[in-house]
Order: sequence, then structure tokens, then C-alpha cells
Amino acid sequence: MRLPKLFKRKASGEVAKDRLKILLISDRVNCSPEMLDLIKQDIARVISRYMMIDTENMEIQISKTGGYGIGSKNPSLYANIPILDLHKSS
Amino acid sequence: MGEVIVITSGKGGVGKTTTTANVGTGLAAAGKKVVLIDTDIGLRNLDVVMGLENRIVYNLVDVVEGGCRVKQALIRDKRYPGLYLLPSAQTRDKSAVNESQMRKLVDQLREQFDYILLDCPAGIEQGFKNAIAGADRAIVVTTPEVSAIRDADRIIGLLEANSFQQIDLCINRMRYDMVKRGDMMTVEDVVDILSVNLLGVIPDDESVVVSTNQGEPLVGNHTLAGRAYRNVCMRLMGQDVPYMDLERSLSFWTRVTGIFHKSQEGRA
Repeated sequence: MRLPKLFKRKASGEVAKDRLKILLISDRVNCSPEMLDLIKQDIARVISRYMMIDTENMEIQISKTGGYGIGSKNPSLYANIPILDLHKSS
Repeated sequence: MGEVIVITSGKGGVGKTTTTANVGTGLAAAGKKVVLIDTDIGLRNLDVVMGLENRIVYNLVDVVEGGCRVKQALIRDKRYPGLYLLPSAQTRDKSAVNESQMRKLVDQLREQFDYILLDCPAGIEQGFKNAIAGADRAIVVTTPEVSAIRDADRIIGLLEANSFQQIDLCINRMRYDMVKRGDMMTVEDVVDILSVNLLGVIPDDESVVVSTNQGEPLVGNHTLAGRAYRNVCMRLMGQDVPYMDLERSLSFWTRVTGIFHKSQEGRA
């Protein structure tokens, strides 16, 4: 009975963990999703001057850097920008 | 010089008062001089959890306002000679005390006690500020739930902003049957998300309710929670105690050894 259930849905503990990870990112930096979207648009515009990128599939997020202990919680901005063409034509 | 520890959580109802009562009693059982201060003005509860509600004469607000001496307000515990409670006021609110008053009180108590435990109210307002004002280190209590962990993260951020050097985590109400099913975050998940030192894990145990009903902290007895709380106390005192193997802990054999432990160790 448990097995088909497992296939149907993700375990709720895993869901909680994933939700928290995303939630705490915005809590920690006090940065709204709207602002994050503006940053994303700006980055896309700048990079587009030099190469062709896939703006549809680019992702940016703010997360904490690795390491444990006090003081290691400085957030950093991760950007994952798929490049379509390195040499922008014209 | 005593160590001042604030027990806080952000979210209400996760077990701050229960943790304060049990950790304090456990430290006293280990021979330490301990005072518990209930800083939740207007909603006092530590007195009932400790079973000392009938002995209150003076309270925290009387002390800081100079209505009595500290010694007059301290209630001696009925079980351990080195354990005292400074109850909160029930008919006042958080604005009755400020941060410098708390700092002064705590520094005064530091000279007579090994440990001063501050039971912090829920929230991040004045009551929280008062509770953390004089503290050296903090124990953040959380449960493995999204809302409690979110609040714990916020509290840890605030403690770091107030330059706390030592922040430890106590995960309360862990249910290993649910973890096994995948329906609860694991201890590792919670520690990973909050990235602070883990002080202890308290299993969800009916005996906690029973102990609160009776006004008798359960630290050190044969119950799962009682054993877990004793481990927390030992780690607080700097001992290296392995984590309990809770996956098997509900099995028949552990119950048998539990009875054995009980008869061997008595109340301590």
C-alpha cells in the first residue's frame, strides 16, 4: 500500500525541506521576489550585450555560502545562465 | 561566575518552558547551583511546569522595581537544594521591564549561581529583547516543522546581530516513525538548514504531558524525553555524549533497560 503512494507523491518531509530552503533565502536577505526579478532582468540585459543567452531558462537565486558556524551565513548570488551562442552575431 | 543562557524560539508552543524546566532541573541534579528566570511577563508558566505555583510571593517585576530584594523573590525548588525559580509577573506586561534592568539583575545573580537560565517569551518584541539582553549564550528550541524552523532561523539571525558567540539548537518533538515514512524532516535536514551546533534532540513523548500535568520535570528518568534532556544537560556542561539511537528506542528491549536504568539511577 505504501509503495504506490510513494510513486504518486513526494514525501512531505522532503517537500518541507525544499520549501524552507527557498523561503529562508528571501527571509535572510530581506529581498522580495519582485526585486529578484528586476535583478534578473538587468543581468540578462548586460550579458546579452556580449553573447546570446537563453533568458527563458536562466535562474538566479540568493543562497547562503557553505560552511558552518557563526559568520558563515553571508549570502551569495547564484546565476545559472544558459548560453545559446558565445559569439553574438552582429 | 555563572553562565547566563537564554532559551528562545521565536514561535510559541515549541517547548521553551519545558526545555528550561528540564535543563535547569537536570543541571541542579548534577550538583550545580541554578536559577530559572521566567521572563514572559503577563503569561507566566514556568512556575506551573516546575510545580511551584503555590509558593510565589514576589516576582521579577517586584525585583526590578525595587519592591523587594532578589533573595526574597527566589523560590527554592522542592526537589533539589541548588535550584531556584524567579517567577514572572502575571498582571503586568512586557513594558514593565527594560534591557538594562535585566542586565543588572542577571549580573547580580551571576555571582551566586553556576547557571542562570532565562525562559524567553515567544515573539521578537520587547520581551525577547529583555530576555537576551544579559545572556552569554542561547539555546534555540524548534520542532521539525516549517513554521517553527522559519522562526528559529529569524531568531538565530537576531542573536547573531546581537553578537551572540554561542548558539545551540535543541530539536523538540521529533517523531522517528514519521521520519522513517518520509513525512518529517530529519535531524540532519534541520541542522543543515539552520547551520548551528546541535545540542540535543528530544523525541515526541507522551510522558512530557504527564510530567507537566504533575508539575514534575522528567529529566533523568527512564522515559525517552527524560534521557534526552539529561544528555542535553551533560552536553551543556561540556561533556561529549553520543546521540541516542531513537530508531530502536521504542522496542521492547529498551523499555526493559529503561526500567533497569530507573532502578539503578533513582531520581538523578
